[in-house]
Amino acid sequence: MVDIALTKKDFTSDQEVRWCPGCGDYSVLSTMQAFLPELGLPRENIVFISGIGCSSRFPYYLNTFGLHSIHGRAPAIASGLAITRPDLTIFVITGDGDALSIGGNHLIHALRRNVELKILLFNNRIYGLTKGQYSPASEQGKITKSTPYGSLDTPFNPVSLAIGAEATFVARTIDSDRKHLTEILRQASAHKGSALIEIYQNCPIFNDGAFDQVTDNETKEGSLLQMIHGQPIKSSTFGVIRDGASFKLVELSSIDESALVIHDAHNADPSYAFALSRLSGSSLEHTPIGIFRQVDRPGYSAMVNDQLKSIIDTQGAGDLEKLLNSGDTWVVD
Amino acid sequence: MSKPTVALKSVIIRFAGDSGDGMQLTGDRFTMDTASLGNDLSTLPNFPAEIRAPQGTLPGVSSFQLHFADHQVRTAGDAPDVLVAMNPAALKANIKDLPRGATIIVDKDEFTTRNLNKVGYGANPLDDGTLSSYKIHALALTSMTVSALSELPLSRKDAERAKNMFALGLLSWMYHRPTAATEAFLKVKFAHKPDILQANLLAYRTGWNYGETSEDFAISYEVAPAHMPPGRYRNISGNTALAYGLIAAAQQSRLRLFLGAYPITPASDILHELSKHKKFGVTTFQAEDEIAAIGSALGASYGGALGVTTTSGPGLALKSETIGLAVMLELPLLIIDVQRGGPSTGLPTKTEQADLLQAMFGRNGESPVCVIATSTPSDCFTMAMEAVRIATKYRTPVVLLSDGYIANGSEPWMIPDVGALPELSVEFAQTQENFLPYERDPHSLARPWAIPGTKGIEHRIGGIEKQDKTGEINYEPANHDFMVRTRQAKIDGIQVPDLVVDDPSGDARVLFLGWGSTYGPIASAVEELRNNGEKIAQAHIKYIAPFPKNLGAVLDKYPHVITPEMNLGQLAMLLRSKYLKDIVRYNMVRGMPFTTAELVEAAMGVLHSG
Repeated sequence: MVDIALTKKDFTSDQEVRWCPGCGDYSVLSTMQAFLPELGLPRENIVFISGIGCSSRFPYYLNTFGLHSIHGRAPAIASGLAITRPDLTIFVITGDGDALSIGGNHLIHALRRNVELKILLFNNRIYGLTKGQYSPASEQGKITKSTPYGSLDTPFNPVSLAIGAEATFVARTIDSDRKHLTEILRQASAHKGSALIEIYQNCPIFNDGAFDQVTDNETKEGSLLQMIHGQPIKSSTFGVIRDGASFKLVELSSIDESALVIHDAHNADPSYAFALSRLSGSSLEHTPIGIFRQVDRPGYSAMVNDQLKSIIDTQGAGDLEKLLNSGDTWVVD
Repeated sequence: MSKPTVALKSVIIRFAGDSGDGMQLTGDRFTMDTASLGNDLSTLPNFPAEIRAPQGTLPGVSSFQLHFADHQVRTAGDAPDVLVAMNPAALKANIKDLPRGATIIVDKDEFTTRNLNKVGYGANPLDDGTLSSYKIHALALTSMTVSALSELPLSRKDAERAKNMFALGLLSWMYHRPTAATEAFLKVKFAHKPDILQANLLAYRTGWNYGETSEDFAISYEVAPAHMPPGRYRNISGNTALAYGLIAAAQQSRLRLFLGAYPITPASDILHELSKHKKFGVTTFQAEDEIAAIGSALGASYGGALGVTTTSGPGLALKSETIGLAVMLELPLLIIDVQRGGPSTGLPTKTEQADLLQAMFGRNGESPVCVIATSTPSDCFTMAMEAVRIATKYRTPVVLLSDGYIANGSEPWMIPDVGALPELSVEFAQTQENFLPYERDPHSLARPWAIPGTKGIEHRIGGIEKQDKTGEINYEPANHDFMVRTRQAKIDGIQVPDLVVDDPSGDARVLFLGWGSTYGPIASAVEELRNNGEKIAQAHIKYIAPFPKNLGAVLDKYPHVITPEMNLGQLAMLLRSKYLKDIVRYNMVRGMPFTTAELVEAAMGVLHSG
């Protein structure tokens, strides 16, 4: 803990922020800067590691340790740091192209290992820095610079992907909802292993309005299915009920609300959270928001370092002289 | 009555059999017993990339060659004096390497019509007179082994599998090798399989006794210990020596050793070895791919650990972008490339030196790194420590080149005195006002190693070009030009030892100049040439980027420089471009080391070119 409480200003670097005007990244940055003092950690023990893309400039704007790495590799680089420096708190900043396309492999492996990383996936469903090609999260049929006749790819649902990789903490939030974003950051920071936070983020230049359905005052209440542990999962108009092994959406007016699924974020079975993640499609008309899954499983760095410690405790620290002289040796006089 | 004994100065034995016949193990054990007797030795394992190629076929042949002597040995030897062939395929695949008069020991039980047909022998070579210029011992190895083990509760298949131990026992008798160490080894290896242990021990002893009693073997041989500098020795392979060198370097630098690796032949044994030594605080991380392997190592270095990644050529290609990032971040990072035949998947289990230019230049932009190369299995220990010294002092990626011959080959190693190992201590940046992450040490041009967790020096770095001193993003033309030149100057200024030239007469006109695993064959050829009265100098380059400061002067001194390489002339290209010196190239890319004889011939061509 630090002696004097730090403020948002302490976490703001002297660098001029260079995102496009109106970019959703500004609001995430500002929310993060305001949230960090709450961790009560000294600045030097916090590290932001990013890949390549608009959002990956994030570390430059925080007065902590920061590493702006290469495309898609941030989870791999951060894993090496997390394993050898369990004393640090590490955030990975990535986007839908960085994390789901070029770096997809590193993302799923960091999640299945449960490396102690808080991964913020800024999903704007477009390639911004390369000026407007479709991304692996773009809806099928998307007209972009590289798909003038419409994209044919079926998109990834980042939350489904993370749950498929058996991530222990998976959440979704929205750039413009500071309160919700802050709460998710708080929960993720308290989580011991990997945390994957998908942040719907508006790109005003290449994909403006992509998330209007869940941000406009007129539609958001009816579209966002709020997931709060111990509460029924519902929007202002729809709710979630069981349908065999899966879930389905029903209009609240047509049922007794006691039939609604009570959210259990700690459900050990990943198929529960996976089924919830499938309720939303590209249209966002019914979008679960909040924490899909939060289960306890030992963190990878903790396991690596516990194993080292227990080996040293039982065998004693290594003796180089003994090692070099091990096996069959002989003496020449 | 014991049989007569003949003293020999040196012997080359090749064990050859099917991949499943245990030839590598047999060779390893014979090597260990030979080493402990005090002979100098060198080994060459040679095995197929397939784990179990179809039984009895030529692609499935695995062999292990061992050269041991009462004097210094430089290579595993050109041509075997003795071939142990466990089946017709092993005979056919190796017979071309045997000089007339060589001894061949075969398992005649395996010479069935079916097995002969598999490898295209129309007639049985044991009967048709085609082997008349060799000393043939056609033994019923399989059936003798099976009958010796008939009392044990074993399947016929399990009993047959012990025939390699019969062969080892027989060879051990022939060359007076001690047996206690191999018996102890078997007891550990099969501690949990008592029947298999009994089978192996019994087969081993039966093979020994067979040599002693059979009329087929009239004499046995002795090779006296070699004269070697006093000290304690052990036999060591290149990959093991690299692993030990890394552990020693971590201890001497007081850094936590972190290996990020993805399994790849022939480098995986470094990962296997290091993963055993966690009590030294060693962390081994088997990553999801080659890129994550180096990424995690770089992340560990960023946090103040000793980040290492091990790979072979195809993996080095995948790591290129991250090496470039490490060049930009100016952090210590060690990349070990155990080269194999390329391009692409190439010859995974064979040796080559064709990654040199990839190590030097295989990245985008002006991206200089330090490149050094190890020359023999035991040299790997020293060069691993050197790589760490340079990486940590200059905050730079270092590519350490080894190859398949060095990695799997072995030789006696005088165990160093731990107290005399070089000190490699490093300093991290301390808490300070107005910290500048790219302010350089005026001598080494290294920037501070500024690790997270240090109060007051929080800073942001990345792969984008940065401003001198501050490390902030900067795209200005003059700054970029300055930073590119500065990164190059840092590598050029790395202090490396001068090149040592061995020129006993002092007036040789021809220099044999090599790098990497050609050291043994070149040294052996030089010895032979000098014995024949030729004047020839030898030097071996271990530091390639930067080259030793005196290299230019050395090249100027000799009118003729021959550089043998297991590539098409990559070092020669570097030497020609930097020193404008004509280099006589001698290149073979067969996946096998040079023989002494071909290097002698190549040198004779230059020595007597008029």
